[in-house]
Amino acid sequence: MGKAWKFGNDIDTDVIIPARYLNQTTPEFLAAHCMEDADMAFAKEVQPGDVIIGGKNFGCGSSREHAPIAIKASMVKAVIAESYARIFYRNALNIGLPILECPEAVSGIAAGDEIQIDLETGKIDNLTQNTTFQARPFPPFMQELIKAGGLIPYVQRRKKDA
Amino acid sequence: MGMTITEKILASHAGLDEVVPGQLISAKLDLALANDITGPVAISEFEKFGMDKVFDSKKIALVPDHFTPNKDIASAELSKALRTFARKHQIEHYWEQGRVGIEHCLLPEQGITLPGDVIIGADSHTCTYGAVGAFATGVGSTDLAAGMATGEAWFRVPETIKFVFNGTDYQPWVSGKDLILYIIGKIGVDGARYCAMEFTGAGIEALSMDSRFSMCNMAIEAGAKNGIIAPDEKTLSYLESRAGRPYKVYTSDADASYRDVFEFNVSDIPLQVAFPHLPENAKSVQEAAGIKIDQIVIGSCTNGRLEDLRVAAQILRGKKVHSDIRLIVIPGTQQIYKDAMKEGLFDIFIDAGAVVSTPTCGPCLGGHMGILAKGERALSTTNRNFVGRMGHPESEVYLCGPAVAAASSVKGEISHPEEVL
Ligand code: SF4
Repeated sequence: MGKAWKFGNDIDTDVIIPARYLNQTTPEFLAAHCMEDADMAFAKEVQPGDVIIGGKNFGCGSSREHAPIAIKASMVKAVIAESYARIFYRNALNIGLPILECPEAVSGIAAGDEIQIDLETGKIDNLTQNTTFQARPFPPFMQELIKAGGLIPYVQRRKKDA
Repeated sequence: MGMTITEKILASHAGLDEVVPGQLISAKLDLALANDITGPVAISEFEKFGMDKVFDSKKIALVPDHFTPNKDIASAELSKALRTFARKHQIEHYWEQGRVGIEHCLLPEQGITLPGDVIIGADSHTCTYGAVGAFATGVGSTDLAAGMATGEAWFRVPETIKFVFNGTDYQPWVSGKDLILYIIGKIGVDGARYCAMEFTGAGIEALSMDSRFSMCNMAIEAGAKNGIIAPDEKTLSYLESRAGRPYKVYTSDADASYRDVFEFNVSDIPLQVAFPHLPENAKSVQEAAGIKIDQIVIGSCTNGRLEDLRVAAQILRGKKVHSDIRLIVIPGTQQIYKDAMKEGLFDIFIDAGAVVSTPTCGPCLGGHMGILAKGERALSTTNRNFVGRMGHPESEVYLCGPAVAAASSVKGEISHPEEVL
């Protein structure tokens, strides 16, 4: 269970982690500056299990994997958005940051609502408003990738099988 | 059923006769690249998982261009990580400072990105190489690590959107940058999400290679997977003295299928300016006229090529940069730097009162060499005007091509070149 942090459309990777912090790569350092150009309070107050809600085209812009790394290291449970930019989508799956696509949940969740997510089934409960949403299922290949724990273990396993 | 150029390149690299949009494939890579920001993350992934050999030391490019010459100790450590890896694995395409340039200017110039290639880069503007007829797309560091190890990457075959530019009667000073800003203004920053953008028509044939690079460079700003232009005579003559290996030219079949087709008359497209904080906020320069500016940057992987510097110099010749403006000119590579110097362009810039920098990404991403303070406003030939992109989160960036940038630096506010000539 966690609190919803709500952001708008086209949240770009410069907002998720500004380039002025890209001279370092440690996840903890990146997390300390996550989302700060959109909401200074986020990095300071985010709690393990909280949820990021974004609009359409979440994660557009640069290919920096530092963006999903920063979010993952903030200990958020998942990102829920209407849609994702493609490089961010790939990166999140590759590093094992849970992301869910669910336009209904995005409009049905207000900032600060208490949210519970079942990552196995994609069920999203808004405990504050007493509503439930179902995220879009991932295509089979992505499910395999997620199950393997990201791209590198997936590739390693396939190599072993070959 | 016919195929698009993007589909043909992907099919050939997946060992298939045919692919269709939506299909998941694994494709062989001709090149995998990273820079001093994304490279170190890819390298630590590569090493963490016990991968000890790269698939082919000739097919990897590592380009220290973002924070170089190193701006601080932390960024020097990043460059060092890249350098150490490049030496250990005898990476052929690695350049030290003094020889390096901005990756997306440097690699095509060196003939490393060729028609028909499949290229992944841990940099979103990898799509630039579509200008020579390659399938090139940006990925993250983990994808790159896996690509460096296996020589392959998985792709979902994208649907293609065709953009046809009719006519060749361009308005004065209009370049590839204006065309791409115009398109993004029409379709939005997610208008081509997950798709290939194919640019074609007499208007594209009339464009220089440098303008074509600017266009494909910004395909990512419409959310696209890749931008692409089929090779023609101009492409082949550009590559004649550069290509270091054989390559294959693909073109789209007449009966290929497209998700959408957009047609434009080039004569309808005015000089563009994109307002903060998204590239889709593109308007005509007339609508932006009079907006006061603090700093102007001419450079980047979008507009740091020789043609861009020539256009700027043509406008700045014999003129002075307005007293309220800081003008920073950054050639994209050492070769461009040398050519521009030989042609006397630096004399024009320096006499006008501009900074001329060594090649680097620098201010484009708010890295160094021209960071904005709170409340400051920049006009820039770069590709992104997101919140905080060039510095303080309360600064602003407007995007344009080199002609508007140069004219505005004389006037002190956003201006059409005609106003200063
Ligand atoms: S010039 Fe700017 S957009 Fe291009 S690679 Fe460098 S930082 Fe990225």
